[in-house]
Amino acid sequence: MSAPYAKLPAWADYGLIPVVNLVVAFAVAGLVVLLVGENPFRAAAIMVEGAFGGGRNIAYTLYYSTSFIFTGLAVAVAFHGGLFNIGGEGQAYVGGLGVALVCLTFDSVLPWWLTFPLAILGAAAIGAAWAFIPAYLQAKRGSHIVITTIMFNFIAASLMVYLLVGVLKPAGSMAPQTRTFLDGGQLPKLNWLMEAFGFTVRSSPFNISFLLALLCAFLVWLLIWRTKLGYEIRTQGFSPKAARYAGIGEARIIIITMMISGALAGMMALNPVMGDQNRLQLDFVTGAGFVGIAVALMGRSHPAGIVPAAILFGMLYQGGAELAFEMPAISRDMIVIIQGLVILFAGALEHMFRPSVQALFASLSPKSMGVTAARQGDA
Amino acid sequence: MEFFNTLVVILDSTIRLSIPLLLACLAGLYSERSGIFDIGLEGKMLAGAFAAGAAAAVYGSAWYGLGAAILVSGFLALVHGFASITHRGNQIVSGVAINFIAAGSTIILGQAWFSQGGRTPSLGGDSRFGAITLPFAEAVRDVPIVGYVYYELISGQSILAYFAFFMVFATWWVLFRTRFGLRLRAVGENPAAVDTAGISVTWLRYRAVLITGALCGVAGTYLALTQNAGFVKDMTAGRGFIALAALIFAKWRPVPAMFACLLFGFLDALAIRLQGTPLPLVGRVPVQFFQALPYVLTVILLAGFIGKAIPPRAGGVPYVKER
Repeated sequence: MSAPYAKLPAWADYGLIPVVNLVVAFAVAGLVVLLVGENPFRAAAIMVEGAFGGGRNIAYTLYYSTSFIFTGLAVAVAFHGGLFNIGGEGQAYVGGLGVALVCLTFDSVLPWWLTFPLAILGAAAIGAAWAFIPAYLQAKRGSHIVITTIMFNFIAASLMVYLLVGVLKPAGSMAPQTRTFLDGGQLPKLNWLMEAFGFTVRSSPFNISFLLALLCAFLVWLLIWRTKLGYEIRTQGFSPKAARYAGIGEARIIIITMMISGALAGMMALNPVMGDQNRLQLDFVTGAGFVGIAVALMGRSHPAGIVPAAILFGMLYQGGAELAFEMPAISRDMIVIIQGLVILFAGALEHMFRPSVQALFASLSPKSMGVTAARQGDA
Repeated sequence: MEFFNTLVVILDSTIRLSIPLLLACLAGLYSERSGIFDIGLEGKMLAGAFAAGAAAAVYGSAWYGLGAAILVSGFLALVHGFASITHRGNQIVSGVAINFIAAGSTIILGQAWFSQGGRTPSLGGDSRFGAITLPFAEAVRDVPIVGYVYYELISGQSILAYFAFFMVFATWWVLFRTRFGLRLRAVGENPAAVDTAGISVTWLRYRAVLITGALCGVAGTYLALTQNAGFVKDMTAGRGFIALAALIFAKWRPVPAMFACLLFGFLDALAIRLQGTPLPLVGRVPVQFFQALPYVLTVILLAGFIGKAIPPRAGGVPYVKER
C-alpha cells in the first residue's frame, strides 16, 4: 500500500491520470445535479452550449479564462518553489488598488496604451508587496506560509472595504466604488479578434489583457524551465535540502518566488477593473484567486496545462451563468462545487487511481512497467 | 453602574460570539494535534450548520438537527481523512477542496430543497437550542454585581454553550490525562515512534479527524439553531479561519484556546458595539480595523514577535511506514 509509486509512461502520467481525475470530479458533480432533481447530461449540454454556442458566449468564456490564467500561474509558480500560495485572492484584490490608483491618476492625461503598462506595474507591484510580507515571515521568522496568506486574504478584504467605503469613494456618492475611469483608463476590447474568426460579438468584456495573460504564461514557462532562477526555484521546491547543499539561498528563493506569484495574482485585477468595469468596486475578484488553485492543480503547474485548464473553468463560469438561466435550481454556485471536486480529485486525491492504472498497465504490458524485474528482486 | 451594565452586555455577546469559534477551535485541536492540518474547519462548520437547519426544519427537533450536523460534518471529515491519511494527499489542498464543496453544495441543495434563496425555513420553539435559565437566576437577579453577572452572563446560554466550555476541560483531560491523549499527541510529533510501539497511526489519526468532524458539526449547529433561527448561506463568514487563528494563538492547547476564542469574540462584540461611536483619544475607529485584528494578531504571533507558536512536528506530513 505504501510502496513508492512505480513510473508510468509520460502520456499516462500527464494525460490519462488527470483526465481520469477530472472525469470522476465531474461524475460526482453530476450526482449533485441528480440530487437537485435535474438531468446532469442536459445540464452539461446547456453549459457547453452556453460557453461556446456563439461569438458572445466564447468572448465571455475567454474573459473569465483571462483572470484564471493569471491566478493559475500565480499558484503554479509558488508550487514550483514548494510553496502553497493560498493568498491569490487577497493579492488580486489589493492588485486592483494598484490598477485603480494608476488609472485615477493618469486616465485624463495619457492614452490607454501608456496607462496600461503603468497599470501592469502598479498591479504587479502591490500584488507582490502583499505577498512579500508572508514570504518574508516564512523565510526569516519561520511562520507557515499557508496560514499567513489565508490571514492576508482577510486583512486585504478589510483593508479594501475600508478604502472603498471611505477614502476612494468620490464625494457625494453612496456606492462603495471609485469613480469610473475615463478613456485613458479603459482597455480596448478584443471583439475584432473574435470577428476575425467569423463570429459576431455585439458587446462583451473580453479585452486585451487576455493577450497579456498568454504572454505571462509564456514568460512563466521561460522563467521556470529556461533560466537559472527557475532552476533554483524548482530545486528548492523539489528538495530544500539539495537546494541548501547546492548553495541556493533559501530565504532569497522563497521571497522572490512569492513576489512573482503575488505579482501574477495582482495582474489579474487588470482584467475586471481596467478591462470591464472601469472602476474599482467591492469583491471584484469573486473567487478567481481560489479558482487559480484548481487551475494550477489541473494544469499540473505547467503553462501548457494551465491555459486549457483556465479555459475549462472560464467555460464553467460562463456556461454556469447560462445554466442558472435554464435550470433555476442550479445557480452559479454549482461551479464552486465543481471547483472543490476538481481540487479534491486532481489535488488531494491525485494518487487515488494511480495504483489501479498501474495495475492495468502492468497487466497489459508487464515488460514496460519493469514488473518482471521487480518480481525477481522480491524473490 | 451604567458602565458595569454595558460591560456585562458586551461580555454576554462576547460569549455568544465565541462559542462557535471555541467549538471549531477545539475541533481543529484534535486533528492538528494528531498531525493532520485542517483548514477545512470552515467548510465542515458550514455544512454542519446547513444540515442542522435543514433537519431541524424537516423534523421539528433541534436534536435531529444536531445529529444531522454531526453526521454531515463527520462525513466531510472522513473525506479529509481519506485523502490525507489513506491516500497521503496534500492536507492543505484537501481542506481547501472541502471548503469549496461545502460552500457550493449548501447553497445549491438549500435552494433546491427549500426555495428560499439558499436559506432554510425559519425555526422556532423546539427546533432551536434556546436559552437555559439556571436555577435561582431569577431570584438572585437583584443582588448587585454577582447576582446580575450570574443572571446575565452565566445563566441564559444555550446548552451547546455549556457543552463548549465543558469540552475545553474535557479536551484538556483527554489530551493530558488519558492514554488516548498521550498517543494522540505522540502521533502528531513522531508517528514513527507510535508505529514502533505497535499502535496504528492510521486508526489513531482517523479517530482524531472524526472528533474534529463531530465538534465542527456542533459548532455549525450553534450557528444555525442558537445564534440564528435557521441556516443562511455563507453563515460561517470566515469563522473557521478565525478558529484556526485562535488555535495557533493558543499554541494548540485547550485552555489557552478558550481564552483566545473569548478574545476574538470580544473584539467582534466590541466592533459591533463601537460601530460609529468615537473613542476617546483615537477618535472613530473603522469597523474593518476590529475585523482584521484577529488575523493581524495571528500573523504577528506566528512571526514570533509575541512568543513562538510551534506546530506539532509531524503536522502536514503524511505518514509512510517504510522509509
